[in-house]
Amino acid sequence: MKITNEIVQKHGLNLDEFSKIKKILKRDPNLLELGIFSAMWNEHCSYKSSRIHLKKLPTKGRQVIQGPGENAGVIDIGDDDAIVFKIESHNHPSYIEPYQGAATGVGGILRDVFTMGARPIALLNSIHFGDPKHPKTKSLLNGVVSGIGGYGNCIGIPTVAGETKFDETYNENILVNAMAVGHAKKNKIFYSKAKGLNKSVVYVGSKTGRDGIHGASMASAEFDENSEEKKPTVQVGDPFTEKLLMEACLELMKDKSIISIQDMGAAGLTSSSVEMASKGLLGIELDLEKVPCREENMTPYEMMLSESQERMLIILEDGKEKAAKKIFDKWDLDFVVIGKTTDTSNLTLKFNNKIEGEIPIDALALKAPIYDRKWIRKKTQRYKVNVKKLKKIKIEDALIKILSNPNHSNKSWITNQYDQMVMCDTAQKSGSDAAVIRIHNKDKAIAVSVDSSANYCNAFPLYGGKQIVCENWRNLISVGAKPLAITNCLNFGNPENKEIMGEFAECLEGIKEACEFLDFPVVSGNVSFYNGTNKKNISPTPVIGGVGLIKKLSKPIGHNFIHNNSNLLVIGKTFGHLEQSVLLREIYSINTGMPPDINLSNEKNNGECILKLINKNLVLSSHDISTGGMIISLAEMSIGSNIGIKIHKPKRLTNSINYFFGEDQARYIIEVNNKDLSKVEKILKDNNVFYENIGITQSDFFEIEDELKISIKDLYKINNEWYNNF
Amino acid sequence: MKSSVIVFPGSNCDRDIAVALEKMQFENKMVWHKDTSLPKSDLIVIPGGFSYGDYLRSGAIAGKSLIINEVIKAANSGCLILGICNGFQILTETGLLKGTLLRNKNLKFINKDVNIKVINNSTKFSNKYKKDEILKINIAHNEGNFFTDSNHLEELKKENLIAFQYCDEKGNINEEVNPNGSLENIAGIYNQKKNILGMMPHPERMVDEIISNKDGINLFSSLLN
Repeated sequence: MKITNEIVQKHGLNLDEFSKIKKILKRDPNLLELGIFSAMWNEHCSYKSSRIHLKKLPTKGRQVIQGPGENAGVIDIGDDDAIVFKIESHNHPSYIEPYQGAATGVGGILRDVFTMGARPIALLNSIHFGDPKHPKTKSLLNGVVSGIGGYGNCIGIPTVAGETKFDETYNENILVNAMAVGHAKKNKIFYSKAKGLNKSVVYVGSKTGRDGIHGASMASAEFDENSEEKKPTVQVGDPFTEKLLMEACLELMKDKSIISIQDMGAAGLTSSSVEMASKGLLGIELDLEKVPCREENMTPYEMMLSESQERMLIILEDGKEKAAKKIFDKWDLDFVVIGKTTDTSNLTLKFNNKIEGEIPIDALALKAPIYDRKWIRKKTQRYKVNVKKLKKIKIEDALIKILSNPNHSNKSWITNQYDQMVMCDTAQKSGSDAAVIRIHNKDKAIAVSVDSSANYCNAFPLYGGKQIVCENWRNLISVGAKPLAITNCLNFGNPENKEIMGEFAECLEGIKEACEFLDFPVVSGNVSFYNGTNKKNISPTPVIGGVGLIKKLSKPIGHNFIHNNSNLLVIGKTFGHLEQSVLLREIYSINTGMPPDINLSNEKNNGECILKLINKNLVLSSHDISTGGMIISLAEMSIGSNIGIKIHKPKRLTNSINYFFGEDQARYIIEVNNKDLSKVEKILKDNNVFYENIGITQSDFFEIEDELKISIKDLYKINNEWYNNF
Repeated sequence: MKSSVIVFPGSNCDRDIAVALEKMQFENKMVWHKDTSLPKSDLIVIPGGFSYGDYLRSGAIAGKSLIINEVIKAANSGCLILGICNGFQILTETGLLKGTLLRNKNLKFINKDVNIKVINNSTKFSNKYKKDEILKINIAHNEGNFFTDSNHLEELKKENLIAFQYCDEKGNINEEVNPNGSLENIAGIYNQKKNILGMMPHPERMVDEIISNKDGINLFSSLLN
């Protein structure tokens, strides 16, 4: 078959890239080889547009065992314990087929974690949908939530935290990012780097079908009106098989049989075999007729590009095949030696003893194109807000409007569909700033959280990037955890557009600055470009997933008030920054202006001081102040606990709207017992932390002196209305 | 006291129940579904999860597995059997318990803490609880909507075979606090000899105050009594 330009373009490659392929091979590729290049050189697998920017991120630290470049990042949490974690996007498939798209997103990220020898202990997700009123939104939300739950519940890993947001920017391109966290022994981490010649390459897990062929290429292009036709490229998940695969792999990992192991994720058999060989500077030869197939007459092209789920590739030590096979037999899974490592430095594909394709490994991995795409900085004008000139609004009305918005509504309709308790180590579930998961059989725990702020990133990417890292850091601090490291999922539009590339570059600058300052390195992540349809790009939406450590877990600190008549302290200074706030957006439909900037040294100082107070058992409950401002955080603390507040009018800022709805950063609310108040105040003063004592907790009513008084019952009702009427 | 936990492919609460049993000083063994004999046991637990992926129908394939014949034999000779969640579904599939578990009324998976009332506190499983005691226990299931025919329902009531019913914090039993549509808010039932208990709520999740509460502990200490 002659490879025409049309075939090349159908494979998502441009003609320059095709010339480069011909130059490397010194001949024309055949269709199988072209397919393999397309799978490895697409944006999703090659990171060709993002790589030069990603390199700038801080990835090292005393806590880091393995940074980016492996299946997942690994950090040290003391003793012989390590935490393995990563976040990944499954946006495009989830828009086309929400249930399976989301389910296989969860399945894929779980494999990344148990491939490294870790037992998964928690799942998180960040999901973004279009306008709540858009005709597709509810059905997409319903499908995605069932898919996430369907997979996690069945495999028996608790889904413990997440975020769900709505904005018209995602009307035709939703975001589904899934994060998995696992626990491993520090000296029992498994990597993907192949070693040694003539070692058996073993295929384990499900059989290969025709599902998901070219999935990664689909994820590397924008949608158009024909996107629905791509349904057959969405993979179908089977959490039951994944459970068996996970148990079988973890069982095999108990001894020393495995040299290297890699899951078959995007671009399936192609990327797994190439990555293993490339890292080991080896060649690899596969006999494709041995690949277990689910359908008849599958061609080498289909086998190499299938994205069937729940499969792994393992390179075994000599003589371990029999014992290993016994384990997979026990779990009723396929186990077939399909090839071997070689010294040719080539990927050699045979089918019934005939060579069907041969490509130098480094051409697929190291020599994949890298682009330094044009980008420009965003110019954002300030929008001077003068509340007095805006239409007058009562605080109560604004509060009710925001709390009834799906973005700020109580999400238990979602979280109740996830098993959050299985494994019996979830000490704090969804709905808090961060979830807390105990390390099994130990008294330490980790805190985990995912966060994004697309509005801030869209308004001014540099501040936005910085803010999401800090927000995540704050969420871990709020539950008493020392933040250790993050993973990021970078969801952006078309990188060939210089404004979009600018959003990417600047968000990353912001992330870098905050991560460096806070010693909060990036250990894994994923880039998802081409989020948009017909040239309309989504707002830049980087998502941060962070992990922190609680050395000794007693009862975790949550954001629900504990009792009446305790003191409420706001930590950090309130300036009343309203630009880019929820208030302006929701009430006045104003979405111009600059997001709040962050003073990183205040951020660090305030956070470390909160941690000190929590460790001294001086804090009853704590919550960071984020979108919506102080009043929304207070309302969340009240609604969750059914305990009210009574606070005085602001003493410093004369305008209550600025004071209560301003979105200044580095702030927290803490609840403190009367008997501890002077101790707390002394520590805050000694550490130069700005704070205000704003009032007390009380029963039944949410009350601001001379401004508003609402019963908690009413607030609860308002906050639950949208989902209850789903 | 000796206990055995049956592990099917797809069981996922097997470790949780084993941890709870060991914490309560049971001598526990895990039994693989392909085994054809059971270790000597005073108690056999069929744990929660998605045995065989819940394919065909929850519990249907497990109900026909190799080991289940041994479980049935043991049950008939008086051994104590506890089926939790998927375990309850499996017990109804084997016929050891009558009735069935339908899809939840709202057609969604439900995970939350619910209140249940101890209806019969004079069995091997419940003697440490007070009558009408209200427990807060976690549920996590897709098919927990208990249904049975009117004869069986009559028998359940007459013979005091209802173990637990969903209720509110004060113990009121009504439709508002029925999480899944179960007939008469039934959350767990006994067989006629009361040596078999099937329940949808997960007592093994409620044995540790740091994680949840200790409302499940007395079920295990009743067994040891």
